[in-house]
Amino acid sequence: MENVQEIQQEHHSGYGAYVLIWLTLIGLTILTVSVAGFELGKLTLVVALGIAAIKSGLVINIFMHVKYDDKIFKFFIGVALMILMVAFVFTSLDVFFR
Amino acid sequence: MKTAIIEKVNFSKENDHTEIHQEHVHRDDMGAKIGMWLFLLTELLLFGGLFILYMAYRFQYSSSFILAARELNVGIGALNTIILLTSSLTMALAIVAIQKNKKILSMILISATIIFALLFMVNKYFEWSAKIGHGLYPNSPTLLDKEKGEIIFFGLYYTMTGLHGLHVIIGVTLLAVMLVSLKKNNTRSDKYVRLENAGLYWHLVDLIWIFLFPLFYLIH
Amino acid sequence: MTNPETHSNYVSYLDYQGKHKGIWAWLMSTDHKRIGLMYLSGIILFFLAGMTLGFLMRTEMLTHGKTIMDAQTYNAIFTLHGVIMIFLVIIPGIPAAFGNFFLPIQIGAKDVSFPRLNLFSFWLYMIGGILALSSLFLKGGPIDTGWTFYVPYSLRTNSNVSIALLAAFILGFSSILTGLNFVTTIHRLRAPGMGFFKMPLFIWALYSTAWIQIIATPVIGITIVLVIIERLLSIGIFDPALGGDPILFQHLFWIYSHPAVYIMILPAMGVVSEIIPTFTKRDIFGYKAIAFSSLAIAFIGYFVWAHHMFSSGMSDLSRMIFSLFTFLVAIPSGVKVFNWVATMYKGSIEPKVPFLFVMMFIFLFSIGGLTGLVLGSLSTNIHVHGTYFVVAHFHYVMFGGTVMIMFAALHYWFPKMFGKMYDEKRAKIAIAFIFVGFNMLYFTMFILGYMGMPRRYWDFLPEFQLGQTIATIGSYIMITGFLILIHNLAKALFKGKKAEQNPWGGSTLEWTIPSPPPIENFEEIPVITHGPYYFPSAKEAK
Repeated sequence: MENVQEIQQEHHSGYGAYVLIWLTLIGLTILTVSVAGFELGKLTLVVALGIAAIKSGLVINIFMHVKYDDKIFKFFIGVALMILMVAFVFTSLDVFFR
Repeated sequence: MKTAIIEKVNFSKENDHTEIHQEHVHRDDMGAKIGMWLFLLTELLLFGGLFILYMAYRFQYSSSFILAARELNVGIGALNTIILLTSSLTMALAIVAIQKNKKILSMILISATIIFALLFMVNKYFEWSAKIGHGLYPNSPTLLDKEKGEIIFFGLYYTMTGLHGLHVIIGVTLLAVMLVSLKKNNTRSDKYVRLENAGLYWHLVDLIWIFLFPLFYLIH
Repeated sequence: MTNPETHSNYVSYLDYQGKHKGIWAWLMSTDHKRIGLMYLSGIILFFLAGMTLGFLMRTEMLTHGKTIMDAQTYNAIFTLHGVIMIFLVIIPGIPAAFGNFFLPIQIGAKDVSFPRLNLFSFWLYMIGGILALSSLFLKGGPIDTGWTFYVPYSLRTNSNVSIALLAAFILGFSSILTGLNFVTTIHRLRAPGMGFFKMPLFIWALYSTAWIQIIATPVIGITIVLVIIERLLSIGIFDPALGGDPILFQHLFWIYSHPAVYIMILPAMGVVSEIIPTFTKRDIFGYKAIAFSSLAIAFIGYFVWAHHMFSSGMSDLSRMIFSLFTFLVAIPSGVKVFNWVATMYKGSIEPKVPFLFVMMFIFLFSIGGLTGLVLGSLSTNIHVHGTYFVVAHFHYVMFGGTVMIMFAALHYWFPKMFGKMYDEKRAKIAIAFIFVGFNMLYFTMFILGYMGMPRRYWDFLPEFQLGQTIATIGSYIMITGFLILIHNLAKALFKGKKAEQNPWGGSTLEWTIPSPPPIENFEEIPVITHGPYYFPSAKEAK
């Protein structure tokens, strides 16, 4: 048990990395708010979701430690996201083509 | 077949520690984390269902959605986003602190997380009451007069932010429990998986807001 | 239920005295075996309740016009029959009862990963069950929407829809927690040496099922919550009068409920893969093919949900795509059936009770599966949609598939669970009754449905009289069979002969420990050196 936690601690050596990620997240929030002011037409939604995806990637990988943890968590998240995508795509096959 | 000699070896890295950790023979931190992650995935799919509805209705009623979104205050939304992101930071730092065996610092950081969460809820309260003050709530005469797309927009808005708010409240409760657990030394530098799990839950609350914010506040 | 002949050197889980006494020793127990047994008793009770409702429905359909009840009561009864059988019997049936009992034993563990969570999910199951039943008697009247709760009717009716939905939500939560527990247990608590490909196939099936429970159930959770909110606050999301789209309700409902069909059938297929090697004394044919086909069914199950909605007004594109994917499900299902049959080839088959159930399963499930293809193709679906044909199809699959295997599992593991043996001859007579009655009832319904008899109708045209009479008589024969079966088991529980440790000559881990199992399953955690279906003596005999 202990050696597992030692392995974890190697990666969690400082507070600094988290603060850096936090600054990036705040920056991205400001970016998404200001980009929303521009007239981008249909791209608006794509840009907003793209930035949200980057932000969630940072939160999942760094704050939630998935980057450093066992591969199994990446696998789990991958399975869930894939199924969620299937649900989105297959529902849109109906609602977008009705 | 029964050639077993080791009392409990289901955790490959654990077998030579069984004697040391007499008090918690069944302890399996990795298992606890797997369980928590699986639970978070169910939460993800729970909100996923709502996002599917959002997708369908935004496609169907795109112009009404733009019209309705004007009622929402981007400033409050952005402020709440920053508050939640900061609370996620203090949460992550609280775990670093306990790993470094700094109990007091960890407790302060968790308290900060709780305060940010409460700030978020206060903002939410003012936001919702302003909408309700304008007569914009489900089944209200003002709303029923508007186009169907706007009714749906506010239906989704109240349901999704409401459900998210409920998760914030659950998160605050969990964090308060962790605070007590830290104080009583039930959570400490060599045994903090519960704090990690509470943290994971808190980050999920943040994650969902990261998507709710642009989808409701930033439509022009 | 104590066993007087218990070996002095171990305490069985039935005799164990914890800190709680009497009924609380069960209700507060975190032992996976006791929890499994409690689920089993709940499931059998609900099964009897659902069967009684089915009996009433069939009796009503015996004659043209009113026979014993009016139309509104009939609506309530078929709804409740569906809700009880789906949410309280079939979905938890095999995973919660037999999964709880045998998953830790088959992987060589002492319990599941989260025993207290396991107990909690049993409590949720009971609360959900009681709520569902109470919706019958509370003010407002029993639900009359059908088990699918389709909007907008479920928004408009004054019956107790919200209570029934809350019950379904709680049951879903219980199902999620069980799934989460199983996945974690399978990842963390396998005995040393038991790699993923040395696990019994029942475990593979439970693993796939647990994943569906985790990923799909939340979607129905949110759908239920939305309908309840809609009824209370009129938010408009599913209400066409306010701009909502009822077809989206159907999408979300089936995004869960179709994979839920595989929650129901996969564990049954797992049990079949256990029973066949034991009674043929052969290693299973195509172990990996069966294991992966479980995963494949679980996966493809997410691509086919809208085949329940071909006539509800979806886009043509999506109808074609969903129809195509539906046919793909036949491939992994076929892989399984062929592998089972191939396992029997040249095996030394002993037609004991569990094996007879399995044979019946393969027969009934094949009919159910093939008629599924009829329903999966668009043009024939339009013809038979909403008729008895559909009812017959899903009873062949769910009842002939899952419930038959639930009883197969009960007869297979009964000696292990209780340390008692039942009367095999009586059980075989009961099986004969069930087989004849089942086919009389549901095969007739295929024909009636093809002729145009709509489902859920309280009355029928005179030309359906003959078919309805045959079906009702069939149902009575089948119910007789089930009563004999359950009476036989109840008798065995109290008066049965003592069972040996390994009455069937099975080779998985549960047969290496005494019957009934000791409180902690294994004195020493076994080390696994070979696959789960290993019959060296049978090989030598050849």
